[in-house]
Amino acid sequence: MTGMEWYLPVIWAALIGTAVAMYVILDGFDLGIGILFPFAQSERQRDQMMRTIAPYWDGNETWLVLGGAGLFVAFPRAYAVIMPAFYLPIIVMLVSLVFRGVAFEFRVVSHSKIGWSIAFTVGSTLAAFSQGVILGALVEGIPVHDGAYAGGSFGWATPFAFLCGLALIAGYALLGATFLTMKAEGPLGVRARAQAKIVLVIVLAFMAAVSAWTPLAEARIATRWFSLPNFYFLWPMPVVTALVAFWLWRSLESGREVPPFLAAIALFLLGYLGLVISDFPYLVPPSLTVWDTAAAPASQIFMLLGTLVLLPIIFGYVIFVYWLFRGKVREGESYH
Amino acid sequence: MEADPVMLARLQFAFTIIFHIIFPSFTIGLSAYIATLGAMWLKTGREHYHGLMRFWTKIFAVSFAMGVVTGIVLSYQIGTNWSRFSVVTGNVLGPLLGYEVLTAFFLEATFLGVLLFGFDRVPPWLYVMSAAVVAVGTATSAFWILAANSWMQTPAGYEMRNGIAFPTDWLAVIFNPSFPYRFTHMLNAAYLTTGFVVLAVGARYVLGGRYLTEGRIMLRMAIGLTVVLAPLQLILGDQHGLNTLKHQPIKVAAMEGHWDGSKPGELELFAWPDESAQIDRFAIAIPHGSSLILTHSWDGLFPGLSSVPAADRPPVKPVFFAFRIMVGIGLFMIAAAFVGAFLWWRGTLYETRWYLLVMAQCWWLGFVAVIAGWVVTETGRQPWLAYGILRTADATSPVPGATIAGTLALFILAYGVVFWFGIYYINRLINGGPESAIAHAPDPLTHKPATSGSER
Repeated sequence: MTGMEWYLPVIWAALIGTAVAMYVILDGFDLGIGILFPFAQSERQRDQMMRTIAPYWDGNETWLVLGGAGLFVAFPRAYAVIMPAFYLPIIVMLVSLVFRGVAFEFRVVSHSKIGWSIAFTVGSTLAAFSQGVILGALVEGIPVHDGAYAGGSFGWATPFAFLCGLALIAGYALLGATFLTMKAEGPLGVRARAQAKIVLVIVLAFMAAVSAWTPLAEARIATRWFSLPNFYFLWPMPVVTALVAFWLWRSLESGREVPPFLAAIALFLLGYLGLVISDFPYLVPPSLTVWDTAAAPASQIFMLLGTLVLLPIIFGYVIFVYWLFRGKVREGESYH
Repeated sequence: MEADPVMLARLQFAFTIIFHIIFPSFTIGLSAYIATLGAMWLKTGREHYHGLMRFWTKIFAVSFAMGVVTGIVLSYQIGTNWSRFSVVTGNVLGPLLGYEVLTAFFLEATFLGVLLFGFDRVPPWLYVMSAAVVAVGTATSAFWILAANSWMQTPAGYEMRNGIAFPTDWLAVIFNPSFPYRFTHMLNAAYLTTGFVVLAVGARYVLGGRYLTEGRIMLRMAIGLTVVLAPLQLILGDQHGLNTLKHQPIKVAAMEGHWDGSKPGELELFAWPDESAQIDRFAIAIPHGSSLILTHSWDGLFPGLSSVPAADRPPVKPVFFAFRIMVGIGLFMIAAAFVGAFLWWRGTLYETRWYLLVMAQCWWLGFVAVIAGWVVTETGRQPWLAYGILRTADATSPVPGATIAGTLALFILAYGVVFWFGIYYINRLINGGPESAIAHAPDPLTHKPATSGSER
């Protein structure tokens, strides 16, 4: 492997990792609001919940397209294995996203809001569950033969994958609840703070379960974490996670508005980092690494040049729009 | 019948992509129309333009949401259904799709937020500019996706190594031989499609005697646009056809139902292609017509379907009939636009009920023509997925037929629900008229009496 063939896939893995992290956080909080939808007190309060994310959801979901397209661009051979392997959960996720996406607009126009409220809830929850299942099944590994997926249509359906599906529902609900704590005025914000505390406990339980399960089930992950000298560098991970969870709890208790959301993001990033540590450099564990699946260097460079120019511009106008719609959303605030 | 995974994968993809293209065909044009209305509002200060802008923005929001969510499906379906295709062409096509996301998707999605929710937070010029940015974003998206599709039709700027395509010249990849024709033809189709929707809504209002000022503005704007773009589409389509004859002659043979390449081609207005006998039955045809159009000579010859083995021919019937539907609608559009322009010139446009009655029903024309056109070009590319590089049958994923069939049923069910509700809601927004769009707006500028749409 020459230098370029070594570092280009690593750069791309970092870029796609960033896109996925952006997606998980940004769409995470708006999917989370869908998950929390049934727990609102009225349709009017649901209007307010939707209004807090309405200007952003479309842009948030674009990170999912970037993740998918990015995988196709930079690692076509991983894309070609992962997509067929998770055929059913991916399509369930996509159809769920269809329903929750159109619910934003349909619910406003519809006479009776309840139908599209249900579509929004079910779509958001199922999308989160499917994403968790995909993640969990990916950590467990995909059977590959001759560069193609070599399992059945239900190869992903394992207890661990379902556990991860439930864990992600809880995780997104935490992001959603802390986002509402920050963004919603009045009773909704107060309620969201109380919900966030409950959800935080559930999330921590899931994080503990997943963290215990992965090294027990996958020898390569146990080796990665507990062999020396790795352990010297990695032991702070759970400690920092515990500290962040404590910070989140305290900031919820003490009535702060922005810190709970930031702490929830930090908690997510730590969980995500844990997965990266467990699996890197495998993109399709346990057989295909980022180098095995990389696109031609010419393709990766062509796309990298554009990405380096365009991504900062995208960050610029995304930040502008978040800034534009800063401040709290009142109950009864009108839609477009 | 044994479920054939290749056929099912094709059916599923055809269903989701046909469903998807309905929305971009509309939103590409509609965003440009909204931006135009905004610019005229800024320039003239007339509230009618502003009202129309807000009205169409609500309809745009519903349509765009459906376009976004059905588009996300496609970015994953390339992998779920065509994993071998992803491997073979990923080096070349991946970056084109990547650039589409980075230059178009983020732009449209983000500025749509400003357009929908930002009216009372940004100055009017920035509000209108957001509409323009969304319009540019949708057209940019079309640029990249048509570059990718055109490359699948007329690949260029690449070399094959061990069965995998590697890029050698990016400009040649993007500006491949059929791209300029396909891109302009499709972009124009999108603007025409929207033009006829606006024309239909305008006709509906004027006929019903409601929102007369807005209805008349829409009629004039739509006729002014389509009278230029509909004939232009004929020229673009003709040029596109000649380009296809050069690079994919068998597709053209299927479009024309032309079997025997040793004879001049007839222009068949109707026929029933019989693929086993390799002739067209019940043909009503103009002798030498196709030769004249395609070769600009009376006795000009072009390849026939029989010149290649049956395994290298596309399915003839869908290509043949879809082509006639597309051209038929195109010709009708030209006639409709010219009649409208004539009536406008005569000063009787708003009183000619028969014309308005017909036009009020014609909102769907562009959509059907766009879908038919895509059926021609995509089915006509068969049996290849990437022309000359990879056959469709070799491009599939290792997924059993039953799984594809089950998810196809899921898509049909889900999209069926979304589609009918979407149509229903859009229709209701149209019935509600431009004023209700304004009445919901929280800003002081739009507090107009509810009668502002009445006759002046």
